[in-house]
Amino acid sequence: MSSETKQILTTDGIPLEVSLKKAERRNKIKAFLLVAPLLFFIIITYVFPIGDMLMRSVDDKMVTEMLPKTFKAMEKWDGKELPEEEVFAAFHLDFIKLVEEKREGKLSTQLNYTKNGFKSIIKKLRRKSKSFEEGNYKEQIMAVHKRWANVEYWQAIKRRAPAYTGQKYLKGMDMFKNESGEIVSVPEDRRIHRVLWLRTLEIAFFVTVFCFLMAYPIAHLLATLPMKYSNLLMICVLLPFWTSLLVRTASWMILLQQQGLVNDFFVGIGLVADDNRPEMMFNKTGSYVAMTQILLPFMVLPLYSVMKTISPSLMRAGKSLGGTPFVAFWKVYFPLTIPGIGAGCLLVFILAIGYYITPALVGGASGTLISNQIAFHMKSTLDWSFASAMGLMLLTGVLAIYWVYNKLVGIDNIKLG
Amino acid sequence: MALPKYTEPHYRIWHYVYLTVCAAVFFFLIAPLFVIFPLSFNAEEFLVFSDGMKRLDPDAFSLRWYKDMIYGTKNPWGLATKNSFIIAIFATIGSVILGTVAALGLSSRHMPYKGLIMAVLISPMIVPLIISGVAIFFFMAKAGLAATHLGIILAHIILGTPFVVITVTATLSGFDHSVTRAAASLGSNPVNTFMKITLPLILPGVISGGLFAFVTSFDEVVVVLFLAGLENTTIPIQMWTGLREQLSPTILAVATCLIILSTLILVTAELLRRRSERLRGINR
Repeated sequence: MSSETKQILTTDGIPLEVSLKKAERRNKIKAFLLVAPLLFFIIITYVFPIGDMLMRSVDDKMVTEMLPKTFKAMEKWDGKELPEEEVFAAFHLDFIKLVEEKREGKLSTQLNYTKNGFKSIIKKLRRKSKSFEEGNYKEQIMAVHKRWANVEYWQAIKRRAPAYTGQKYLKGMDMFKNESGEIVSVPEDRRIHRVLWLRTLEIAFFVTVFCFLMAYPIAHLLATLPMKYSNLLMICVLLPFWTSLLVRTASWMILLQQQGLVNDFFVGIGLVADDNRPEMMFNKTGSYVAMTQILLPFMVLPLYSVMKTISPSLMRAGKSLGGTPFVAFWKVYFPLTIPGIGAGCLLVFILAIGYYITPALVGGASGTLISNQIAFHMKSTLDWSFASAMGLMLLTGVLAIYWVYNKLVGIDNIKLG
Repeated sequence: MALPKYTEPHYRIWHYVYLTVCAAVFFFLIAPLFVIFPLSFNAEEFLVFSDGMKRLDPDAFSLRWYKDMIYGTKNPWGLATKNSFIIAIFATIGSVILGTVAALGLSSRHMPYKGLIMAVLISPMIVPLIISGVAIFFFMAKAGLAATHLGIILAHIILGTPFVVITVTATLSGFDHSVTRAAASLGSNPVNTFMKITLPLILPGVISGGLFAFVTSFDEVVVVLFLAGLENTTIPIQMWTGLREQLSPTILAVATCLIILSTLILVTAELLRRRSERLRGINR
């Protein structure tokens, strides 16, 4: 039979190759169908909303839509001297419409983001504009308040004409576009965001270092002790790991308060005077101590799981070949633990950089991080586009760290216990 | 750990230094949790150890904060507890079902674009919570699900599934696929094979993933803070507001209950892990 056909046929008479391909495709579809529900769920409820954040962070349509006629009239304006009557008339028409719709408050909030001082003059304009006479709006508007006769305020309005802007990202870096369109930094004493970014990096870095220094010895002990002891000690790591974050933060709030046990202890050993107890909470110290203890298990577990796979005979071999215990440790043991160190540090650093709850409770004003600022804009100022921009800047940073880690160590080397 | 007799003195000293450091770190890890227990039985309103407590005077201890936790009118702990359990249970069920099914597909060797899809599926675990919170809030607000139980449950499913996907794919990596083929050759349909053969074998992984999802939901506060209205308050939200406004001993009573709960979860998770290790040991 096979002498007549060159191809191998299945019992159905279809060439084997085709049949195999078909089966392969069917298997692929089957596997994909299993993943599909979760994949689409995550894409719709999570990935798209992150894209939505991106849109919101650059979206500036609100003002564009509120003042359509003004911006059309401003197209011809060079922006150097006060605009012509045409622009003032268009602005008046737009403004009357906004007042009718009761949206002039929103306009003032938005313009105030661009330049301080719009709030009061818009309020004033609303009162006066009702009694405006037809014609010569330039004179009438300028008479409302001297700021309306100041070209800088009109330039500020013109800057809001484009429907998309990177202004929120600049604000997140304490920069802004000045009147002539150059990107400049805000005055030194008002650079709150740069301080926050640096502090976030600093705290995340030192928390990672502290966690590493504390986790390495105990992970080593856990990995080398006989099972029955190490299981018992493992509880000391796992119990905090499974305990609610808020419970652990609460316990630090009790310990670190001025009449708390830590201060009692310092007074007891004579380190500080009883009437001069140091403030250990609501500042950076509080953030450092609490975050280190809370994130420590995330460093111990990956280190432990790597150390457990290292055979003790390697160290013995190193020593028998003439190395001192220190040399044997440094040349043999330590290099083998690098995947664990990498995974632990990555995990702790990334968790620390996005930390919100603990700094908000024990960090005070000088111990809060960038996440607290994002939450503040989400919940208090309601400047959601700014919150989105800062969130995406943080996300970009986190993804960059993953990328670097992947290049250096390889993401597949991560072991999570 | 006993040292060999021939150890030189300075290494001996070094060894004791090492053990002391380890002891200090273990103390640092576990001791803060034990401050909460005694203070939650404090008869007084202050969060410091009173002189009576230091003398172990029975009058200095009381259950008044536990009574306040259960019967207190000011604190809606009852509502919070009910909400927390409802949300956590449904979020766990959702995460376990979606996560397990997806893990089955992901561990098939025919799965296309495995790396990319895995990255998308576990992204909620990698992205800082505050960003997830903002993104999920935008979605729920648009979908009209903000301040509803359903919205919070869906949010917690997003956050919980990565744990299930990871634990179940890890369990499936040691899974012998010939048993499912054997079942199929004996005439079992795929659903039947899954329920009778695959599921019992991967159950420890599924349950420990579920435990992670449960704890994630039960402890979660960042996303809930964005989503919850007054009706949807949960234990973490109540604790958060309590800790921000005034640290009352009632919170410590709640915290003690939570520590007991986490101990139970820890024990369950450990037993499961050992069982699964034993089973995988037999497979090898």
